[in-house]
Amino acid sequence: MNRISRRDAVLMGASATLYLSVADVGAALATPPEAEAEIAKFTGGKPAQDGKIAIDLPEIAENGNTIPLAITVNVPISQDSYVSDILVVADGNPNPGIAKFHLTPLSGRAEVGTRIRLATTENVIVVAKTSDGKLYTDRKQVKVTIGGCGG
Amino acid sequence: MADKPRLKLPKEAKKGDVIEIKTLVQHPMETGLRKDAGGNVIPRKIVNKFSATFNGAPLFSAELEPAVAANPYLQFTAKIDQGGTFRFTWVDDDGTVTTAEETITVT
Repeated sequence: MNRISRRDAVLMGASATLYLSVADVGAALATPPEAEAEIAKFTGGKPAQDGKIAIDLPEIAENGNTIPLAITVNVPISQDSYVSDILVVADGNPNPGIAKFHLTPLSGRAEVGTRIRLATTENVIVVAKTSDGKLYTDRKQVKVTIGGCGG
Repeated sequence: MADKPRLKLPKEAKKGDVIEIKTLVQHPMETGLRKDAGGNVIPRKIVNKFSATFNGAPLFSAELEPAVAANPYLQFTAKIDQGGTFRFTWVDDDGTVTTAEETITVT
């Protein structure tokens, strides 16, 4: 007998979904030139180190018109060394820029939050600059069901 | 920006505390990409700059793009070493400036 049981069917579905999501991540790693240019302008072409940044964004957003975003840069803040600038770009919006934040030693912690618009399923890329010239970056993909830049 | 900006921050803090400040203004943040029923582009109109100072010293500022959601909400932190006044400023594309103030005391 070679009938597919209900249990097998469910398992096959699950593994197919897993495969698809892995493929998605691979395709999403390439940064389009506009977003790349925006980042290069911010970093001055210097390479940014991965990590130190926590990006809080939903995995799936039903409405791309207002998506909560919170960013924490985990570096110690002092008078001489603090996170001075944070750039947020998206790689699938009509324009890559989302926002630029400027912080000071008075900030105490490098934590910012806002709400953003995403047109489609895409990556949000965060680059942080410290006052002594260190650069950190991280990115997170958001799956958007209904885009937020409707025409 | 007819409505008063909404601010949320503690009235008092202990010296050295890092407090969280939440701000929100009513604004459509029109992207300039949308079209009206007649197919005409609705011109861009957003809040493009926000800044916050504490006792006159720069604390936090932000440059916003159309990809920031309507009624722009911003959240940031401040380390409190003394009491004083926060001053918040929002600048619209058309040059309109909205300001708000809030004071905090150190206990």
